[in-house]
Amino acid sequence: MSELILTPNIDRGDDFYAALLKAHDGLNKADSDALNARLLLVLANHIGDGEVLAQAIEAAANAAPR
Amino acid sequence: MNATNKIFDTPLYPYERSADQDAATPARHTAIVIGAGPVGLTTAIDLAHQGIETVLLDENDKVSFGSRAICFAKRPLEIFGRLGAEQALIDKGVEWDVGKIFFQDRDVYQFDLQPEQGHERPAFINLQQYYLEKFLVDRIREMQEAGAPLEIRGQNKVVSVSDRGDGVEVRVETPDGEYELHADWLIACDGACSPTRAMLGLEFEGRVFEDNFLIADVVMEADFPSERWFWFDPPFNRGQSALLHQQPDGVWRIDLQLGWDIDREAEKKPENVIPRLKAMLGEDVDFELEWVSIYTFKCRRMESFRHGRVLFAGDSAHEVSPFGARGANSGIQDADNLVWKLKLVIDGVAPENLIDSYDAERTRAADENILNSTRSTDFITPRSETSRTLRDAVLDLAEHYPFARPMVNSGRLSVPCTYDGSPLVSADALTGGPPRTRPGSPCPDVPLGEHDYLLRHLGDRFVLLTIDCEAPDEIEEEGVTVTRLALTTQDDRTGFLKERYLGEAPSAVYLIRPDQHVAARRIEYNETLMRTALRRTLGKEVAK
Ligand SMILES: Cc1cc2nc3c(=O)[nH]c(=O)nc-3n(C[C@H](O)[C@H](O)[C@H](O)COP(=O)(O)OP(=O)(O)OC[C@H]3O[C@@H](n4cnc5c(N)ncnc54)[C@H](O)[C@@H]3O)c2cc1C
Repeated sequence: MSELILTPNIDRGDDFYAALLKAHDGLNKADSDALNARLLLVLANHIGDGEVLAQAIEAAANAAPR
Repeated sequence: MNATNKIFDTPLYPYERSADQDAATPARHTAIVIGAGPVGLTTAIDLAHQGIETVLLDENDKVSFGSRAICFAKRPLEIFGRLGAEQALIDKGVEWDVGKIFFQDRDVYQFDLQPEQGHERPAFINLQQYYLEKFLVDRIREMQEAGAPLEIRGQNKVVSVSDRGDGVEVRVETPDGEYELHADWLIACDGACSPTRAMLGLEFEGRVFEDNFLIADVVMEADFPSERWFWFDPPFNRGQSALLHQQPDGVWRIDLQLGWDIDREAEKKPENVIPRLKAMLGEDVDFELEWVSIYTFKCRRMESFRHGRVLFAGDSAHEVSPFGARGANSGIQDADNLVWKLKLVIDGVAPENLIDSYDAERTRAADENILNSTRSTDFITPRSETSRTLRDAVLDLAEHYPFARPMVNSGRLSVPCTYDGSPLVSADALTGGPPRTRPGSPCPDVPLGEHDYLLRHLGDRFVLLTIDCEAPDEIEEEGVTVTRLALTTQDDRTGFLKERYLGEAPSAVYLIRPDQHVAARRIEYNETLMRTALRRTLGKEVAK
């Protein structure tokens, strides 16, 4: 079974984060939400593995503030 | 509505007084079927085809009216092939392969379904439900002339049903008053509002989709191609969806999603409908309305399809939203599953509990259909702002990238259910065999020579299909005869036999049920194991 990676894994994470913010620059809430949704689907397709995706959904849900 | 079409007004099976109405004691029939919709007609035809004496009752005497099923898939066509009722449907039906998806004002992508080769029947046809019903009644007339033990009684409304354990009693209302009938078996094909279900106090639970759809059938001379066009959020129906699909005789089916809070009566008025349709079809297109109705869709099913000697089939047992065309298509497969079992039980060859497997196998199929229809409906009519955002993201991506196209769900076309885990089905013993023909699967067709196909040789009886191996020509087991069909890959010029039935295996033996589903398969014939598999399919062995 493939394991979802939950330890730091992005090389140059600060650059990635900055690129993510930049993609949202100047967008209103609806357009930003749409961009996030498209990004999410692109990434999910890249991962492909259904088990990893299921773990990712769970990991994201678990991290909600209580 | 403006029913220019005579077919709606012509009684197909007008009321005639039956001798049963004058009988001193109620007449007893082997099988009574309630409801002459697509499912009741198919059930009655199949019963009579198996030689079971049958009476079919309907409160009406004409084809169903309003906009109903238009899309019939390959599996039901194969079943109609087995019942000798297929040719008229194929001749009249429209075939189509291309689907187009529009999002807002853009043509997002188109797909060609490229139906798989090597099948006798098309992947699906479009045909008005009223034609299907009319052709099935024609088939009944043909069978009656050939002496089939089948009667169809119009204006015979069932008003009470009681299960007596070893039979059923029904009261029937006619233009000449009420009479009583008895039957060994009752099959209730009386539709989604099933009075039989209500009379027996049985529940029908599930989910209602809070949405209204305007369904219109319009007659027009337009040069739209015979493709399926589906719009998400189009300019002519903002925030909602729309569908355009061709039927025979220049009739087009249009579905327009309207939302939940609407005035249903007002929306149906021609002065409101016509401008909507003009916005969709173009101002200069001339059309005439055949039917306009407003539907709310539901997905639900009965907990069990068998209640003693009363069996439920079709919409009376399960209801789905029409995205994916699974209503009539699955009901016809209910009949296909049920009738051979009834035949064996009525003949005393199989124990009565064989009928329980009808419930096991067809509730599984119903769950599969409900799951698929629910997913389509959730995609078409997003339930929250977030689900709409995700849905729109899929559509935006689909315009640019192939990966997102399979996620677009405007209806997944009806495919037959594989009865995995059914008590009648033996464990797969064909190493390397193709998954699509594992035990429980419906047999896929294969060309055998120039003008012959495999499915013509299967059905109505048990068949032992051997490919490149030996077996006896006939096996007798507890009153059932299994007939061998011997094929070899040497004659398999198209390669489909190997691809669909052997895979990596060097040879194979398949035990095939009368409904053309696989009961068991192995590499070579083994007398003891085949007999066990057969007994299991007759409900006489418990699956291991
Ligand atoms: C808009 C729309 C589009 C659809 N599209 C498709 C599609 O493309 N493909 C598909 O497969 N399905 C489709 N369906 C579903 C399909 O129409 C139904 O699943 C199908 O009609 C069910 O057939 P049935 O025989 O079970 O019931 P029905 O067709 O409802 O027939 C029931 C019969 O029982 C009779 N009856 C009722 N009560 C009594 C009584 N007390 N006594 C005697 N008779 C009685 C009625 O007169 C009727 O003839 C669609 C449905 C709708 C509404």
